Amino acid sequence: MEPLLRIERLTTVFDQAGGGGRTPSSLPAVDEVSFDIQAGETLGLVGESGSGKSVTALSILRLVQPPGRIAGGRILFKGRDLIALDEPAMRAVRGAEISLIFQEPMTALNPVFRVGDQVAEALLVHGRASRREARDKAIELLAAVRIPDPAARVKDYPHQLSGGMRQRVMIAIALACRPSLVIADEPTTALDVTIQAEILDLLREMKAAFHLSLLLITHDLGVVAETADRVAVMYAGRIVETGPVREIFRQPAHPYTRGLLASMPGGAPGQRLRAIEGSVPLLGALPPGCAFGPRCPDRFEPCTTAPPPDYAAGLSQTAKCYLHDPQRAIRNPQSAIRNPDVAR
Amino acid sequence: MSLVDVSHLVKTFTRDGGMFRSGTRVAAVDDVTFAIEAGETFGLVGESGSGKTTTGRCILRLIEPSSGDVRFRGESVLAFSSRRMREARRDMQIVFQDPYSSLNPRMRARQIVEEPLLIHKLGARAARRDRVAELFRLVGLDPAHLDRYPHQFSGGQRQRIGLARALALNPSFVILDEPVSALDVSVQAQVVNLLMDLQQQLSLTYLFIAHDLRLVQHICNRVAVMYLGKIVEMGPTAALFASPQHAYTQALLSAIPVPDPDAPRQRIVLDPASVNRDAALKEVAAGHWAAL
Repeated sequence: MEPLLRIERLTTVFDQAGGGGRTPSSLPAVDEVSFDIQAGETLGLVGESGSGKSVTALSILRLVQPPGRIAGGRILFKGRDLIALDEPAMRAVRGAEISLIFQEPMTALNPVFRVGDQVAEALLVHGRASRREARDKAIELLAAVRIPDPAARVKDYPHQLSGGMRQRVMIAIALACRPSLVIADEPTTALDVTIQAEILDLLREMKAAFHLSLLLITHDLGVVAETADRVAVMYAGRIVETGPVREIFRQPAHPYTRGLLASMPGGAPGQRLRAIEGSVPLLGALPPGCAFGPRCPDRFEPCTTAPPPDYAAGLSQTAKCYLHDPQRAIRNPQSAIRNPDVAR
Repeated sequence: MSLVDVSHLVKTFTRDGGMFRSGTRVAAVDDVTFAIEAGETFGLVGESGSGKTTTGRCILRLIEPSSGDVRFRGESVLAFSSRRMREARRDMQIVFQDPYSSLNPRMRARQIVEEPLLIHKLGARAARRDRVAELFRLVGLDPAHLDRYPHQFSGGQRQRIGLARALALNPSFVILDEPVSALDVSVQAQVVNLLMDLQQQLSLTYLFIAHDLRLVQHICNRVAVMYLGKIVEMGPTAALFASPQHAYTQALLSAIPVPDPDAPRQRIVLDPASVNRDAALKEVAAGHWAAL
């Protein structure tokens, strides 16, 4: 079946001006990223700050601002390449067919407009309702996202609502035009853990009720485990591993994914954690081979030569890691795939 | 005698009522009592607005409490003159959450770590120099980088600098206010390990303020759960996580996302109306208290 969204070798760079002895350069914030989202599926896009996950989201909606720009690849949504669309056509996609939920509901909502009007605006912009209908639909949408007393709340300003309620308004706006894909960029990071749980429950519920596909961007592996069907792990602008959520958590194939899972607190209390050494590389100073190479406990000769391509791993995972190169695996019987005990 | 004794601590803030209304008083910390034993890590958890950070700052008198008492080694900190308080702070330090805003961007790492020594007029120039290098090594940084500015370090390294500054005066008690929550996931574990190592090496006592319950469960000996300015439950970490007694603790623990797709999930939702705000803490098991 054709996926709802297919990203092929998407590359988004940030141009850096020269001067001060520097030559102009382009930093690849998103580096040949490819993934699919099927209809009705939740894909968890996991990565640390600076890994390129938010830039990927903005690229899909073509909202990257200069000095950033999409430098290559294709974004096929229902078979159409969004990169080739002109701006009016793209505007018809944004918010109507693909919508975005931001991390900070306080800054994403306009503080000087009533929340009901902001929900209604989404409908009006896309010509989905007359002014009079829009108001009733706004109340319906606020009710759908379980905001108590929605008929009164439409008159509230964002500052009159709690963080959790504001995020519900954001979700109502995102759902207003009945999109088929919602991109949620760290939708619960700014919220307390009990409110986070409510919002995640709501997203799951809305996904079923509105037949949505969800691209959930997060750094929290717990959130991914609870919400995603499939997972893509990003590191330094590249997707280093993809697979179904169970396989990723049971048998992570890339040493970075393994390291992240192993470093989480959870073993015997008071024990040292299994930390990943070093720190995330700067985009301007990536090593020539695998970007994770300098921090990798399983590094061997080929890792410093060229960035690894995708290799099949496990049942249906892919991993950008030479450990999974079938030819090299034979030459390296000690490697981690052969010996699960080495999988630190 | 406990190292730190907090009793009936209250901090109220006045909310400005505007031109025609009088202000309202809000108790950010509302009659909080707990004790921290020497050598332990005491966790203070709660969501934003629960009063956990204000409690920490009141202990160091970075915020003046409205009433109640804080005793350190048996002496009332609140009765100290400002000069005596300055001396006392040599022994009580704090590491802040955000290593980006808590280090002066115009000072070199060397100056940041040396500053407490200068303020307290400790050591001659050469001795200070050696001490700063020693502190740098202690927190796992390379003394060759002492002359760099904060922006030249990564987030994890900056938090190490904050820790070196806090340890410069050889404190016995350190308040860690969300020390790793601003850091990248892959470097959090490094800093947590460092904190645990330093505690052993230097016999430190920690007050660990955090909202990450998994982390609290891992490194704290005892935990107090705060809700709307009050401690609603307190006890040994294992007991509290295994059998939470207060409705809020139950809701909080059930909301933690588990990094396991097959983990059973049973969400307990708190009905705020069901919480009796005036209930006193009762001992439900040895050392395990809950406001029921």
